[in-house]
Amino acid sequence: MKPKTLFDKIWDSHVVRSIADGPDVLYIDRHYIHEVTSPQAFNGLKERGIPVFRPAKTLATADHNIPTKDQHLQIRDELSRNQVEKLNENCLKYGIELFGLNHSKNGIVHVIGPELGYTLPGMTIVCGDSHTSTHGAFGTIAFGVGTTEVEMVLATQCILQPKPKKMKITVNGNLHKGVTSKDIIMHIISEISASGATGYFVEYCGSAIKSLSMEARMTICNMSIEMGARGGLIAPDEITFEYLRELPSIPGIDNINVSISDWKKLGSDPEAIFDRELEFKADSIKPMITYGTNPGMGMAIDGSIPLSDVKNGKASVSFIKSLDYMGFKPGMKLLGHQVDYVFIGSCTNGRIEDFRAFAQIIKGRKKAANVTALIVPGSKKVEEQLASEGLLETFKNAGFEVRQPGCSSCLAMNDDKIPAGKYAVSTSNRNFEGRQGPGARTLLASPLTAAAAAITGVITDPRNYISEKIS
Amino acid sequence: MAKVKYDILESTCVPLPLENVDTDQIIPARFLSATSREGFGDNLFRDWRYKKTGEKNNEFILNNSKYGGKVLVAGKNFGSGSSREHAVWAIFDYGFRAVISSFFADIFMNNALNNGLLPIVINDDHLQKLQDLVLKDPSTKVKIDLEKQTLKIIPTGDSVRFEINPYKKECLLKGLDDIDYLLSMKSLITSFEKTKSLEI
Repeated sequence: MKPKTLFDKIWDSHVVRSIADGPDVLYIDRHYIHEVTSPQAFNGLKERGIPVFRPAKTLATADHNIPTKDQHLQIRDELSRNQVEKLNENCLKYGIELFGLNHSKNGIVHVIGPELGYTLPGMTIVCGDSHTSTHGAFGTIAFGVGTTEVEMVLATQCILQPKPKKMKITVNGNLHKGVTSKDIIMHIISEISASGATGYFVEYCGSAIKSLSMEARMTICNMSIEMGARGGLIAPDEITFEYLRELPSIPGIDNINVSISDWKKLGSDPEAIFDRELEFKADSIKPMITYGTNPGMGMAIDGSIPLSDVKNGKASVSFIKSLDYMGFKPGMKLLGHQVDYVFIGSCTNGRIEDFRAFAQIIKGRKKAANVTALIVPGSKKVEEQLASEGLLETFKNAGFEVRQPGCSSCLAMNDDKIPAGKYAVSTSNRNFEGRQGPGARTLLASPLTAAAAAITGVITDPRNYISEKIS
Repeated sequence: MAKVKYDILESTCVPLPLENVDTDQIIPARFLSATSREGFGDNLFRDWRYKKTGEKNNEFILNNSKYGGKVLVAGKNFGSGSSREHAVWAIFDYGFRAVISSFFADIFMNNALNNGLLPIVINDDHLQKLQDLVLKDPSTKVKIDLEKQTLKIIPTGDSVRFEINPYKKECLLKGLDDIDYLLSMKSLITSFEKTKSLEI
């Protein structure tokens, strides 16, 4: 038999029909929905007068458009409230399980899916959200779709999708202290650009990837979309199975060991062919920070902003416009530059390990007076963990306020906006113009780098604050 | 449900010569709270079209009355970032029926095709020439023939062929709907589910 990649194995086993010269009809095992990109899809079903085909395969949460303060009160913004209510109505009407606002299992869709055992190896997963790639950490084909495709899945549990090309990204070696999985993926994106993987689905391999925890792997897969990839995935291994074994329950699975023996067969065959292969060395990666307005505009924290985006040539209009927006100049160093806001949270870095990392540096120190910090857990479960592990106490003692779960300042649909012109070191995934509020200036970084900025009030190398044993 | 058939399109163009225009620029997140597909055109490129004070930004090309038409000539890597289909709805609602670039983000491309907005990919050189031409002479018209897969620059007579998935082309030309197509396949999907559950 022809050797296959992990991606091929999952994709091929989910093709209901291949259309000649067209896309494949792909069966979807798990469909996540949220309040922002689903209402128009439900309207479509209503207009057609059809039901949801397989309601048990869809799971809903409210995360993008909810406040992170006083969640027990009515949502103040009328349009936001209406959107959240529409989700409640639609889920009730169509028989879809909903972990809505104030539910004990509520949280960001890409945080709760994995932590509640809904994301499992070998699955096809879609959601009307580009960061659906997060779930690839479990060895799934997971990708973001538009609302028309959300309607397709609700109506038929399938979507029409052209098969992407395959890219293999290998990262070997050991990470230095103070360097996290966020820095690995930011380094890769800065090397290949914000469109360097468009048209591809990426498999991450190599010793540096395989040594990461599931949460760290999710951070990597999460940002696959930031280099244009449809998604990214990692072959399931003992670390994956251990994570799943430790979950209190997995919906639909009685004996996980039977499933594990199937999942073990999923990895890419040794001779499988990829359309493109790239290699990186973990020990050459430093803590990263972005300086521009797309995630490809990143550099080592102790580096200087490049003089141009064109090698040995004149900078493009887009490059100049971007630095102008940020208030930076080509060749500038960022260490020591003032920071006004720090945001820790999002589907990229809103899990318990991220807050533990943040706490390592915060513990016993005080927040800088000039910094406003938004600490937003990714889910109710993470919020509970913060309390039970004493991290809430650590944050409070250092002068930080902890919010309630949600997407929050990552896309600033709610009130958690960064004011125009202010600099925010953010553990989220996008530094687009206005992403965190009109005129806001976002500097993407790891939770460690965010912590170092939070206590010093300026862009700071986190390696100055960590002992050798932590890496 | 039948959709509008995609006819031959002849129009002037609006040039937007910027790279990496992401969907947050096309439609900022704070305008995504609506629950219908209509009306997003008012907020297309909101933060570029309007100043912080709410006044029109006359430097932005959409506010320049010299330029208009149903074709947006964009820069490389157009539509990156968020999967929000609202970006396509906004462009369509504003009045555009085609976007030309040398490179589109994958999800944006799918969303455009699903909404009757034709994404046309031409190479960097052709794109640069078209940008220059349109910027210099706003009356420059193009003729888009989806059936023949050609983009003709009317004043120069140059014609460029573009690629499109044959299935999607047929859907656009005939006004066919993907969901109708999938619904017609339900018995096949049901039998697929049965074989799949035996497998694992």
